Order: sequence, then structure tokens, then C-alpha cells
Amino acid sequence: MTDGNIKFVQGNEACVEAALYAGLDFFAGYPITPSTEVAEHMSYRLPQIGGKFIQMEDEISSICAIIGASLTGHKVMTATSGPGFSLMQEGLGYAIMAEIPCVIVNVMRGGPSTGLPTAPSQGDVYQARWGAHGDHAIIALTASNHQDVFSITVDAFNMAETYRTPVILLFDEVIGHMRERLTIPEPGEIPVVGRLRTSVKAGIDYHPYLPREDGRLPMSDFGGQHRYNVTGLVHDMWGFPSNNPSVVHGLLRHLVDKIKNNVDTITRYKEYYLEDARTILISYGSSARSALHIVENRRARGERLGLLELQTIWPFPYGLVEEKCEKARHIVVVEMNMGQVLRAVKRAVHHPERVVLANRIDGVFITPTDIKNILRLIQGKGV
Amino acid sequence: MAIKDYLRQKFFPHMWCPGCGHGIVLNSMLRAVEELGFSKNEIVMVSGIGCSSRISGYVDFHSLHTLHGRALAFATGVKMSQPELNVIVPMGDGDALAIGGNHFIHAARRNIAMTAVVMNNRIYGMTGGQYSPLSGYGAIATTAPYTNIDHDFDIVELSKAAGATYVARTTTYHAQQMTKILKEAILHDGFSVVEVLTQCPTYFGRKNKLGSAADMMEYYKKNTTPIGSKAKAENPDLLERGVFVRKDLPEYCSEYDKVIETAMKGRS
Repeated sequence: MTDGNIKFVQGNEACVEAALYAGLDFFAGYPITPSTEVAEHMSYRLPQIGGKFIQMEDEISSICAIIGASLTGHKVMTATSGPGFSLMQEGLGYAIMAEIPCVIVNVMRGGPSTGLPTAPSQGDVYQARWGAHGDHAIIALTASNHQDVFSITVDAFNMAETYRTPVILLFDEVIGHMRERLTIPEPGEIPVVGRLRTSVKAGIDYHPYLPREDGRLPMSDFGGQHRYNVTGLVHDMWGFPSNNPSVVHGLLRHLVDKIKNNVDTITRYKEYYLEDARTILISYGSSARSALHIVENRRARGERLGLLELQTIWPFPYGLVEEKCEKARHIVVVEMNMGQVLRAVKRAVHHPERVVLANRIDGVFITPTDIKNILRLIQGKGV
Repeated sequence: MAIKDYLRQKFFPHMWCPGCGHGIVLNSMLRAVEELGFSKNEIVMVSGIGCSSRISGYVDFHSLHTLHGRALAFATGVKMSQPELNVIVPMGDGDALAIGGNHFIHAARRNIAMTAVVMNNRIYGMTGGQYSPLSGYGAIATTAPYTNIDHDFDIVELSKAAGATYVARTTTYHAQQMTKILKEAILHDGFSVVEVLTQCPTYFGRKNKLGSAADMMEYYKKNTTPIGSKAKAENPDLLERGVFVRKDLPEYCSEYDKVIETAMKGRS
């Protein structure tokens, strides 16, 4: 590693550098606070490596453009925030249905609607999960510092290719805009998953939607030797529209199972002092920084506090949360919303009555003091 | 290559109604591609949602059947990421100019090389005959049972104003002209728009008492005229057909190549 690999950057820029590390060469986006720097850095960096950047007319067209570019064999990404993420749900559903690898960054801000453009929030957890209509599974990842933003972004590209699916990066305003140290790994230091292409030769029937034995679907680039149909309609193994009940059933199961059956492989998390913890904080994104601060302070005073930091939000790691919280007397979910991950945690643990929320929803970053106040209540000390 | 070799015969019969004009558009389009001598692998057909958009499934090209109104946005990603591909985008009038109107004007403004074929039957056929932005004042539709009070777009004027560098209009009656225009449009190095008046006897024709499919095509014959014809001077109500705009302006992907060149220079 050289000094040149060390940078002092915003989270949004860390995300851009990671995407390039992962092989991204096409980006389409539309300006929106607090994600705009992703587009700005992309417009500067991509042409330097021969990649393409385009600013589209809105977020709808941005996600559509990256899907088109993914089909020609490129690694693609778009970035947005709250209202733009709402507009992208249509294209997101398409990418799920047509199984197009792509990465969508949502640097969360306060909502609903135009909300609080410049203030932090983590209110899009459920929009990431259920924003697109219809039954489906989704992968959504997050991180609490820039080094992790880097590695989780590379992970996002790897998962998008592995499972042929859109992957959402749920960052927040604090992560996006805060500047801190980032060390760019050397090439090869983090594994990068390339596009899996079919080995079927020209002239032999290629079935774009027939999974291999391992469940993966090798692709063929548009412009290549195999011509096939891609549609957002329910389709058969040829990619041709079908309303045959067994085809419909099979496709829906496939779309959900390919993610559901790989929860353990997709799950990323960090844990701090969980072994003997009586009180466990569960957090993610920038909130996890305040949570970690409290945990380390209390540990220094001998209190048995621990932190479970989730990096994979969806599919929710129910098994992991259940196992880690088995012996906890109190579980405090720390997040900047009215209890979105809290809801999933309550479903995961044996004693949902032991789960409480430490949150802020006023556009102000949640501080260690906010969490401390909740801990005092739990311990019967009053605020 | 025979025309039928460009079709995915295993996906037939098609889903269009008897008398629908869209089959004629498909025919002219395939003849254009055949006469240009393109290989099937060089063509990507991107479509949206609606009767017209099903055309992409029937052709043996790389085919991308996308979301309602969004075909040009998907096509922009395909073209920009792989500029050597020829991108043809068939759309309905509602698809292209109601829900897709914003993408339409911006694709035209960028002058990105692709061919937008607007199959204008003045109605939403797939959902059962609702008025479109091309139905026009006074038309009858299932959502305008008394009369339509919405005024229509002029696709040619809209495309010109938005910056399209090739703009043409033809009809299903003039199938040979359509082939000729489509050939030119596909070869054009910039954003080309071809409006094709195509009959929907099932909904627009029936609701507006325009007779059979043949009657509707007869109407195209009698009510259109070549651009600048004597007939137009005598009867200004006639609708002109032919090529309205043919301009040579820098194409978007080539322009971006220059951006790459500049960025790479700055780096070394």
C-alpha cells in the first residue's frame, strides 16, 4: 500500500471509488441531495477510465438506462435519495423481474415527500424492502464508516452479479457527506465477481431464464451471439411472456428463493462485546457510530453492553439476530426513524417485550446522549 | 434473407386484432432491415408497453420489452454503453407521448442515434379504447364517452422543436414509403422519429364510426399528401407525409467519446 491509497473523502466519494474498483463502467443519475456527489464524482472519474456517465431527465429514466446498459454486459449503478428512490421503484421492480444485475444507491434523507433534503434519516428501510409492487425478495446493504462503505459497495456489485438482481445500498446523509479516512485496497485485495456468461455456443438454443443446477443464470450480452427477449411480464425460460400458472408459480418462487435460500451468504454484520452482553444495542449506518461510542464507554466502566451492527438489512438476518440476542435482558434498536428495523428485530427474538427503541426523527443526528437516556429508563434511573 | 427469417415463429400467432395496422409496420420494418443487409445480431429492438410494443417479441433481434413509456430511457442505456448497436424503438402514441413524453423530448434533445417509431393509432388499444394525447378534440373513446376535449400533439412539430435531427411521417397505406423512410431513419446518425399512422379498427375505428380496417387505410390515402404537394396548397386540411427534417448534427455517443478523450488526456 502506498500513501496515494489513503484519502480523506466523503462517503459518497468512497462509494464511487468502490464501484470503480468493482468494475463499474456505466452510471446514469439525476441530481438530488444528499446523493448528488455520487453523480458528480462519477462524471469526473468514469471517462478517465473509458467508462460512461449520463445525467438523465429524471430518476425513472436513470434506473431504466442502467438496466439497458447492464444488458450489453456492463456493470452499472445509479444513485439517488428519498423522492428519487420513490420514482425508481418501477424500474427496480423491472430489474427484479427481468433479473438484471445493477446497484442502486439511496442516500437516505428525511421524508415523506420532499421532507428534509439536507438532514439525516433512516426512514427508507421498508421502502427498500417493499417499494416495488408484487411479491419479491431484495438485497439491501449499509455501512457506518467509509472503509465499510467501500467494502460493502464492492459486495453489492458482487451480489448483483451472483444473484442477477438489483442490490440497494442504503446509506444516510451523515455517511454520504461526512469526511473521513479511506484506504483504497490494492486490486485483488477484495474479490470482485465478474459477469457470468453462458458457455452455449452460437447456433445452439440459449435459454436466458433457465437456471443452472446451482440456481444461477448465465447471461449473454445484447449484441452478442444469442438473441433473446427480456420483459417485465411474467416469462418462460425463453424470456417470452406467459400466463401459464406453472410458469408464473415457478418464476415467482425462483425470484424469492434465490435470495431467501442464501440469507447466510448475503448476511454481513459486525459485533462488539456481544459474548457476555446483557444489554445489546442493534444498529446500522451512521446511528451505529453513536451506539458504538456508548458501548465502549460503558464497557470501560464494566457494564455488560454490546453492539450488533447490521450491514445486511434485507434479507433480514432473523436467525442471526435471534441467536445473538438469546441471552440479552434488554435489546435496544438504535435508528433514525420510528422503529423500522425495530419491527424486524421484534419478529426475530424470543422475547419481543425486551426490545425497545432509541431513535430520533427530527432531522438531527442521533447522539450517544440520546441512547444514554433510553438506557437510563431501562435501568430505572429516569432521564 | 427471407422476411420470415427475421421472425420468431415459435412465438406466433401474434396478439394483434384482425385488421390492426401494426402488422404492416412490422412488415415494413423487417423489409427495411433486410434491404439494409444488417445482421440480426447488430439490432436491438427496445419497446415499452401497449399493443405496438409487443412487436419486439416477434422479431429475432435482441429484444427488450420494457416499462410503459420508458423504452427510450432503456434504449439510451443500451446505445450509450454499446454504440455500435443499431437501436430501434417502436412505441405507441400514448406510450411515446403521454407517459413517455418526457423521455421522448430529452432523447430528441440529446440527438442520440436511435430510431423512434411512433405507431400512432390515436387510442390506448390494449386497455380497451381510452383517449390518448393523439386522439384529438372531438374524438370518442371509452374515457371520453361524450366527446374528447383534449387537443392533440403534432408529433412532427413536437419532434422538430425537441431537436430530433430526422423527422418523418407515413401511414400503413403507404407501406413502401414506410420501408424507404425507415431505412433512412435507421441509417441516420442521430435521433430519428418516424410517425406511422396505423389503424385500430377495434377501438378507434369502431368508437368513431370510421368503418373497417380497409376504410381506415383508404382514409389515410385520401387525407394525406406528399410534403409540399399541389394538393396541399389546394386543400390545407390534408396531412403531409414524407421527410420533414434531415439534419447533420453531432451525435451524442460520438460527443461522449470526445469527453473520454479529454478526461484521459487530463489524467496522463
